[in-house]
Amino acid sequence: MGGTADPFLELATLDALAGGRSAIHRLEPRAKVVTVAAFAVLVASFGRYDVARLLPFALFPAVLVTLSDTPARYLLKRVLAALPFVLFVGILNPFLDRAPALAVGGLTLSGGWLSFASILLRFALTVSTALTLMATTRFDEVCLALERLGLPRVFTLQLSFLYRYAFVLFAEAQRMLQAYRLRAFGRRISLGQFGAMAAQLLLRTWDRAVRIHRAMVARGFTGRFQPPAARAWGLSDTLFTAGWLAAFATLRWVDLPRLLGGLAWGGPG
Amino acid sequence: MHMADALVSPAVGGAFWVVSGTALAASCRSARRSPDGLGVPLTGVLGAFIFALQMLNFAIPGTGSSGHLVGSLLLGILLGPHAAFLTITSVLVVQSLFFADGGLLALGCNIFNMGFLPIFVAYPCLYRPLAGAGGPGRRTAATLAAAAGGMLLGALAVALETRLSGLSALPLRTFLLALLPIHLVIGLAEGAATAGILRFFRRARPELLERAPGGRTSWRAVTLVGMLAVFTGGCLSWGASRYPDGLEWAVARVAGAGAPARPAKADVPARPAGADVQARPAGAEVPARPAGADVPARPAGPGAPEGALHQRLEAVQRTTALLPDYALPGRDGTPEPSRAGTSLSGLVGGALTLLLVAGVALALKFRRRTA
Repeated sequence: MGGTADPFLELATLDALAGGRSAIHRLEPRAKVVTVAAFAVLVASFGRYDVARLLPFALFPAVLVTLSDTPARYLLKRVLAALPFVLFVGILNPFLDRAPALAVGGLTLSGGWLSFASILLRFALTVSTALTLMATTRFDEVCLALERLGLPRVFTLQLSFLYRYAFVLFAEAQRMLQAYRLRAFGRRISLGQFGAMAAQLLLRTWDRAVRIHRAMVARGFTGRFQPPAARAWGLSDTLFTAGWLAAFATLRWVDLPRLLGGLAWGGPG
Repeated sequence: MHMADALVSPAVGGAFWVVSGTALAASCRSARRSPDGLGVPLTGVLGAFIFALQMLNFAIPGTGSSGHLVGSLLLGILLGPHAAFLTITSVLVVQSLFFADGGLLALGCNIFNMGFLPIFVAYPCLYRPLAGAGGPGRRTAATLAAAAGGMLLGALAVALETRLSGLSALPLRTFLLALLPIHLVIGLAEGAATAGILRFFRRARPELLERAPGGRTSWRAVTLVGMLAVFTGGCLSWGASRYPDGLEWAVARVAGAGAPARPAKADVPARPAGADVQARPAGAEVPARPAGADVPARPAGPGAPEGALHQRLEAVQRTTALLPDYALPGRDGTPEPSRAGTSLSGLVGGALTLLLVAGVALALKFRRRTA
């Protein structure tokens, strides 16, 4: 997990943010899921040297973040935390692809720098958008949306179970870890000890699953949750989805930065 | 070894979405049919367990670093392939959504690399036959072999997918040389950790491991499906990346002969021509492309330095660069001097776009404050 120091905390923070009540939070989850997915595909669909043409797409996360009052600094921190892998793969480009591709004044940029910038930009756009989705939509709503979009119910049920018990088991693992640290005086967990600890956690988990299953069956569980008063699809959802999809399509076809540059510079637009 | 969205092309991402989605659908069907056991309450909580395990980092012997378990093989041995695949998929989905590990588009690739390959290939082809009905020693050896095998297959897939996507087109050999040795070590560590967990678990609750699917899964069928999926995935993404940019291609075709509609100014390929050729395997492409797709859009002016300079540049890159194939702009565009003049307006345009985005955001914020 790229640089996530405390997954428990991160999960909890997003979970708390998702409980907000802004206009974005109130949208039907399906509208958000579909739009974000379309966004990811369209951003990825640009050529490898496209930098300027990706910039207008920042509008989507910017508007979502602003309207939903998601703390931008928190998002930035999370995006930076996930950066290392992409940085590692991308940083090679400038050294390997040295063909000059862009000249500004006396300065010549190589293709490698362009593609590196493009990779970073794609990364920032897709990651910030996905995180904003999770910060504005409760996870059970996302699961319900996925089910309504046609995913098998077994799988959406699996997702909501995983999410619910991730909090419980994180706490359990943290207790074990603390107990270990108190006795180990800063030594790291060796492979043998890891086996014992993880097996212990697995045993507790398994027993917990049996208890949960019995309790659920006793309460009449038949294989699906009763959805919490499914939200109706409203006009604002249609407007949101259609509007953004149209905007994405336009930005994919029209080179907005060049149009603007042409207007301002009087050059070829 | 999570692939990121930024490194995946839509063609490759889409192809692996199809493959992983098919496997997931099959797993869901079988999970629904299974009459015994605890069903989703067990797999769901075990998914959370895999998550929680990530907090317990163990020291990898011999190195200064530490790692954590991926857990696919452990789940496969505990639950059998179908339930294990369902579980590991859900773990990867949550990782991509909440932790930005991999992305939405790359999710199909990640499920394939870290779920499908270890569970549907390494587990039935390596673990089951090797472990057989043998004793603890044999089981441990089988676990090590299967974990390392699954991890190596996954690393191989990462390299192939990255190469096919063409965004960071490291040549396959270099990439593999970098990836495979380290993943062999990681795989062995994963195997040792898995074997350790299973040893303790078996001592405490032997009956639970007996309950795990015995000789029921026909691993030949599973292998066949696996191979088929790999093949399909490979073909799909190879075919798809010949038209790397489906949208571009479609736009060009809609514009048809009307490529003149894109004014034939010198700067039309604002992207280096390489962008159109993205990751296309050399050769065999020319006849397959729709006529008029990008030919009229190529400037006639800067074509002069192609030929000699182009070849020399390519030769230089062949010898100096680690990534010879990566020098795509040289392939049929070479440095385009004509673009230098217009790029300034491009920069201004980019800056204006950013200002526009910031302006909209600020305006919205202001309106919300005052409202």
